[in-house]
Amino acid sequence: MDVLLEARNLTKNFGSLHAVDDISLSVKKGEVLGFLGPNGAGKTTTMKMITGFLSPTLGETYVCGQPVSTNSVAARAHMGYLPEGAPLYGDMTPRGFLKFMASVRGIKGTHGVDVVESAARAVHLDNVMEQRIDTLSKGFRRRVGLAAAILHAPDVLILDEPTDGLDPNQKYEVRRLIEAMSVDRAIIISTHILEEVDAICHRAIIINEGRIVADGTPSELKGRSVYKNAVTLLMPVKYAQNAAGVLKGVKTIDRIEVAAEGAHVRLTALAKGCIDISQDITEILADKGWPVTEFTVDNGRLDDVFRSLTVGEI
Amino acid sequence: MVLATIIRRELTSYFATPVAYVFLVIFLVLQGLFTFYQGAFFEREQADLASFFAYQPWLFLFLMPAIGMRLWAEERRSGTFELLLTLPIPLAVIVLGKYIAAVLFAGFALVLTAPIWITVNWLGNPDNGVIITGYLGSFLMAASYLAIATALSAVTKNQVVAFILSVSVCFLFLVSGLPMVLDAFSGWAPDALVLAIANLSLLSHFDNLQKGVIALSDLVYFAAIIGLWLWINRVLIESKREAG
Repeated sequence: MDVLLEARNLTKNFGSLHAVDDISLSVKKGEVLGFLGPNGAGKTTTMKMITGFLSPTLGETYVCGQPVSTNSVAARAHMGYLPEGAPLYGDMTPRGFLKFMASVRGIKGTHGVDVVESAARAVHLDNVMEQRIDTLSKGFRRRVGLAAAILHAPDVLILDEPTDGLDPNQKYEVRRLIEAMSVDRAIIISTHILEEVDAICHRAIIINEGRIVADGTPSELKGRSVYKNAVTLLMPVKYAQNAAGVLKGVKTIDRIEVAAEGAHVRLTALAKGCIDISQDITEILADKGWPVTEFTVDNGRLDDVFRSLTVGEI
Repeated sequence: MVLATIIRRELTSYFATPVAYVFLVIFLVLQGLFTFYQGAFFEREQADLASFFAYQPWLFLFLMPAIGMRLWAEERRSGTFELLLTLPIPLAVIVLGKYIAAVLFAGFALVLTAPIWITVNWLGNPDNGVIITGYLGSFLMAASYLAIATALSAVTKNQVVAFILSVSVCFLFLVSGLPMVLDAFSGWAPDALVLAIANLSLLSHFDNLQKGVIALSDLVYFAAIIGLWLWINRVLIESKREAG
């Protein structure tokens, strides 16, 4: 069974509000799917339907072949879920909480202890295992939630904003953990942090107003950006004015963006129709002899695609 | 067993905070005050626990909602509601587990009143059969209040609101057999309805057990009240889950 998670035509109406409108997706074993969208686009509602917390108005989710709405206990046994904000029982210690989660999933005795210890080690909780969860920092609380989601080695892992509120080092740790776990399971991550998609997702879905507006690999999505094949040059201020004028005249270049950077200026030339313009610019550089200290070809910008798809501006 | 895991977590949670200890101390102090002062335990010079049981329906009216109020309200406030309801456990087991934990806690509080039973046996020769049915009545009354309080704690995220709501509904079930309610109906309503309302009262069934009578109808009554409110609890959770 290659596809571990499949959602078909999920739709959710709250009264007359269409929160989620006909979303279908599937995640294969070994795949990390990024679920993107602005706040209020329906990310969390979709996650809640996938986990069976909310029942969809229409549609159905299958986890390892089990329909969530009619066979929820079996479906949930295959699932690890980190809800938005990582809610926890504040009056418990991480050890007590993780033991509870293991025991609810039928993992008990010495095996239960092993499972709790290894999950705690994976997210580096060793030093706080006996503290009340209430007294832990946001980063630690998030990690306790993650440990609870992964301790039974679920086939499907659903993480709603797993790195929200973590510092860069903690984010890095969590991403490494997700990467390591992705090998033999299907993972969905909802996020509005775009760098995360680049860092760990094999595929990304962008939703807006409850609908899927894009679905592809991060490179494919970036390819839809106006910055695809744009060339950026870094050069001293005194050459920049002239250079911008010359580049504007090249017929394969659509427009030039200028950004000051100390004694230097960053010129970005956007290609018409996103064709390859690096050759043209190299020739001009050789001809003019400008002292360029940096020359980069863009492969597209996710934030630009995200904005154009969810706001409609370019 | 998953049910046992849920019960254990809830019980641990009672004792993880001062709530349990504060509750137990207040319960025992109030129980003692009512028994010895209001109930005139010594002055009556009777070897029974009538004065001990007499005020329990009123004491429990406030104390049982205090035990039940956090069960669901706290889950909903902190967001663990979502965590709990997406675990591979049938909803009925969660509802039952939380309820049983509250009942066990109330039962534990009752067990702590054992010294008064020892006292009365030391001072005289009471009818211990009546005392046992009396305790059974107390326990069933507490369990009924808790079924109501647990269900109503699902209505809101605010424990205070849950508490007040529970006290009000428990009060209605308590007094429906008293003249203040029955008089309002007896003038115009058919006798059957008045009788039905009177029989709805927790108090009349509680009193039977205080007299040492174990009637099947009383046991069925308590079971029905508890069953009904557990079902209401489940329905409320389902609807609150959809509301988010």
